[in-house]
Amino acid sequence: MRAKRSNLGNEQTRTALLALLPSFVIFCVFTLYPVFHSLYLSFFNVSLISSSRSFVGWNNYAALIKNPTFQKAVLNTVIYTLGVVPVGIMLSLFAAVLLNNKLKFRGLFRTAFFTPVVTSMVAVAIVWSWMLEPNYGLINSLLSKIGIAGPGWLTDPKWALPSVILLSIWKNLGYNMVIFLAGLQDIPRDIYESADIDGATPVQRFIYITLPLLRGPLGFAAIVSVIKSMQVFGQIYVMTGGGPANSTMVIVYYLYQQAFEFYRLGYASAVAWVLFAAIFVLTLLQNRLFRAEGA
Amino acid sequence: MDARWLAKIKRGVIYLILCAMLIVMVLPFAWMVLSSLKEEDEVFTYEMSWLPAKVTFSGYVRALNEQPFLRYGLNSVLVSTIITMAQLFSSVLAGYAFARLKFPGRNLVFFIYISAMMIPQQALIIPSFMLIRRFGLVDTYAGLTLPFLAGPFGAFLMRSFFLSTPTSLEEAAVLDGCSRLQVLAKVVIPLSKPALATLGLFTFMQAWNDFMWPLIITNSVNMRTLQVGLALMKTDIYPDWPMMMAATVLATLPIIGAFLLAQKQFIESLAFSAVKY
Repeated sequence: MRAKRSNLGNEQTRTALLALLPSFVIFCVFTLYPVFHSLYLSFFNVSLISSSRSFVGWNNYAALIKNPTFQKAVLNTVIYTLGVVPVGIMLSLFAAVLLNNKLKFRGLFRTAFFTPVVTSMVAVAIVWSWMLEPNYGLINSLLSKIGIAGPGWLTDPKWALPSVILLSIWKNLGYNMVIFLAGLQDIPRDIYESADIDGATPVQRFIYITLPLLRGPLGFAAIVSVIKSMQVFGQIYVMTGGGPANSTMVIVYYLYQQAFEFYRLGYASAVAWVLFAAIFVLTLLQNRLFRAEGA
Repeated sequence: MDARWLAKIKRGVIYLILCAMLIVMVLPFAWMVLSSLKEEDEVFTYEMSWLPAKVTFSGYVRALNEQPFLRYGLNSVLVSTIITMAQLFSSVLAGYAFARLKFPGRNLVFFIYISAMMIPQQALIIPSFMLIRRFGLVDTYAGLTLPFLAGPFGAFLMRSFFLSTPTSLEEAAVLDGCSRLQVLAKVVIPLSKPALATLGLFTFMQAWNDFMWPLIITNSVNMRTLQVGLALMKTDIYPDWPMMMAATVLATLPIIGAFLLAQKQFIESLAFSAVKY
């Protein structure tokens, strides 16, 4: 009996090893090895075009911190994140609360709001570039009808980053909205009914019932939105190329340029690790924040 | 009486706000389609018009002549399909092992594996690129797909699904003398169709819309995916906007069409990642 049981265990272990093999191979080759190799590379001068490499210690990181373009990229990424996440979440929550009423055409609204989410970033960025075109684009044409001369949205350093922020809010609105809608539908109706009996106003209901009970979905949306915002790349590549005058230079675009246009792989790896560390710390912080307050 | 009027007014305001939002959300798509049907120089007039003066498909013709969009589309279909199939395969196996099989260190291995979800793609992209280059796979389908053939999210999703389903059928099959892998193929997979559809749709969309990796791993025009082809088209000084809008329509139509046909599945599979919270 005992022998048979240990046999069973062995059989399960062997099957498990076999079943995990494909995932394990891909994980080792394309996650585990790269994450440490990029740390290793960040201490070297490595070029994509020559095979020579030299150890430079912390020099890449030191150069990075002093580099004004990188500083600008960090600042712009922070501004972008602060522009996209709070406004985006508030608008999504607003739309979700409205759609949580019993309405005709509810499905239609939900579908329309969600369509940008399934469309590729590259495609919508091209459409928005055309809408924001200064002379013949839709936005400035409409503005001129009410007597406003619109700026060169993507060519004016003042307006380029706000334009990209606007696109990103538009594109992600539906995603967070659906998450909030699911959360809202989990809130039992009778809580609201008893609040109504107690004479609560709609604003009070929202602040004292809806918001606390949505803490989970709100925390999730905040974390995902911040992480996505720190990785912004596609819309920058398509709409501005980091310009004008680095006004839309962000961390990942900087990484891309250093690695794949200037071939400075060691230096770019240092950028990658700074990004990784920042995302890691922020995730832990946000997790603690929302977990602790939720408990 | 008063309360009923109040409710009606409230409802009207809600509809008004929602309709305003609806216009903002849909306008870019409408503008894309309308622009794609205009003549090349018609868009360069200061008197903006919504509708094309004369509907023309010349933008579509120019798009298809200028760039091999059909080839881009084929590449995207191929790459996304390979990635999706491989992900389903590897995720079912891994999820099953983590959910059903007892082996030493199981929870630790699972924890380490899903922790990898926190690593951003950009932190891995340089060494991954160097690896693919050393394998001589730059500008190939293998290079486009290899890093994405398995992933922690799929394993996590399938494990959660298996843990939420009863084990009695599987135990009966084991007692009948089936091996674990036979049980997986004959009992578990046929019962997992909803989870497989969710994961498949999610993976396919991610692969279809992915941009950075295909951008760096392809050199030749013929290996570009739709996203890369679209992005690199927009570099002229004097853009042919109707042609570009036509190309964008062609590239987005399949996904938007599929979404409109299967909205529920799309929304569920995209929102599924929220479940773990």
